[in-house]
Amino acid sequence: MTVVAPGRSVRPLPLRCGHCGTTTPASAQAACPECLGPLEPVYPPDRARPSRAEIAARPPSLWRYREWLPLAGVPTLSLDTGFTPLVEAPRLAGLLGVARVWIKNDTVSHPSLSFKDRVVATAINAAAALGLDRIGCASTGNLAVAVAAHAARAGLPAVILIPDTVEPAKVIATAAAGARVIRVRGTYDDVNRLAVQLADRRRIGIVNVNLRPYYGEGSKTVAFEIAEQLGWRLPDAVVAPMAGGSLLSKLHKGFGEFLSDGVVAGRAPRLYGAQAAGCAPIAAAVTAGSWRINPVVPDTVARSLAIGAPADGLRAVRAIADSGGWAAAVGDDALLEAIRILAEHSGVFAETAGGVALAAAFDLARAGRLGPADDVVLCITAHGLKTPEAIAPDQFDLPVISTRLADVERAIAD
Amino acid sequence: MAITVHLPSLLARHAAGVRTHLVGGATVAEALTNLTRDFPELDRRISEATAARTQFVLVYLNDEDVRHHGGWTAPLRDGDEISLVSAIAGG
Repeated sequence: MTVVAPGRSVRPLPLRCGHCGTTTPASAQAACPECLGPLEPVYPPDRARPSRAEIAARPPSLWRYREWLPLAGVPTLSLDTGFTPLVEAPRLAGLLGVARVWIKNDTVSHPSLSFKDRVVATAINAAAALGLDRIGCASTGNLAVAVAAHAARAGLPAVILIPDTVEPAKVIATAAAGARVIRVRGTYDDVNRLAVQLADRRRIGIVNVNLRPYYGEGSKTVAFEIAEQLGWRLPDAVVAPMAGGSLLSKLHKGFGEFLSDGVVAGRAPRLYGAQAAGCAPIAAAVTAGSWRINPVVPDTVARSLAIGAPADGLRAVRAIADSGGWAAAVGDDALLEAIRILAEHSGVFAETAGGVALAAAFDLARAGRLGPADDVVLCITAHGLKTPEAIAPDQFDLPVISTRLADVERAIAD
Repeated sequence: MAITVHLPSLLARHAAGVRTHLVGGATVAEALTNLTRDFPELDRRISEATAARTQFVLVYLNDEDVRHHGGWTAPLRDGDEISLVSAIAGG
């Protein structure tokens, strides 16, 4: 038997600038050496694509779509991430006044309960292949947990930079996995700037900085899975939360690739971006019809979405415009209520970003942008147990009773 | 008035390998214009017009994003530090 060292059986794809077209070999860099534009992986145009049946016969992970991921060869790390459930939520469809609602349930993403497992799965394989023996990230929380978890499994040390306002459950989960957690007195945008400067000085694979071309592609698998799990068809509309804007732009790319490669037919879904009103630079650009992102200083309970200067903001605006979608920004009260409505009507307990997605869906439905014939997917990106403090327990009737049966009877009487 | 400008490695390769450079200037715009006068290869990469169009490079004044402090018109004081940082990051 041949024993393959982690990372050595896989080759990250070369990179090309999305702005000026400059090409560069596979490497840990995100910005073009000529114009500083975004580098993107270059897929061999003549590569073989699997049939639907071949995909369906593969193990239930995101690697079943490996021909559309930015690594040649056989990945060796994080092999079990992806293929989360797509569950129908008819009671939510009734509330929204649409034909059908599906929840893309990344609250149960493996191993760290958020969709960030997807991007880390692709990034960590690239890191290992590029010979990087330490990884890290700048994070609003969910990515921190994901990097720590994937690094722990791979036996790689991890350095995590987060704002000191990240929720306790995320900090604890990150530290418990053995990562070096550095809390910064500042916003996510401060943390992100520090991560960029650190990556320029140290040989660390910072997944959303110098590994970003490989990292971002992992989000396309949300689109691939939606298409497959709907029976190889596309929904009419997808609502997803926006922080940096990457998920929206990669959904657009993923659906587009499945259409252009003939894996599915029909029309690409309309993409709707959801932000919290206290940090809505992308939604503001969409609703103003602007191609300029004006950064903001975040002020919202939805800390996982609190990116005031979104790197993929313009790409998200373009994805929304190209698809015929729109964006909505929702207040903190509305998003917190939506967390409860989501749990009450689907059993899925989401963190604040999930509340943002559902609250935005309500706004979009009221505005007539989601209609009675629409088949709608809500991207619920992380688990509610990561932000339990967002939900005030005193809003629930939570009786404490004696050990007498009569008290139980009384408590359940109404 | 001495302003220190910090360049990332991607820009330093277009500035004779210089990572830190002293310039004069009463505003961010003046300081960066002086920088590109010293290193003309930087001009098409970081000029105000390019930055506004592409948003690929962020400008920090003493670790604060200048967009929150008046942008390129932000006034400078002796000893201020400007850092140029790639915007292709995060999220």
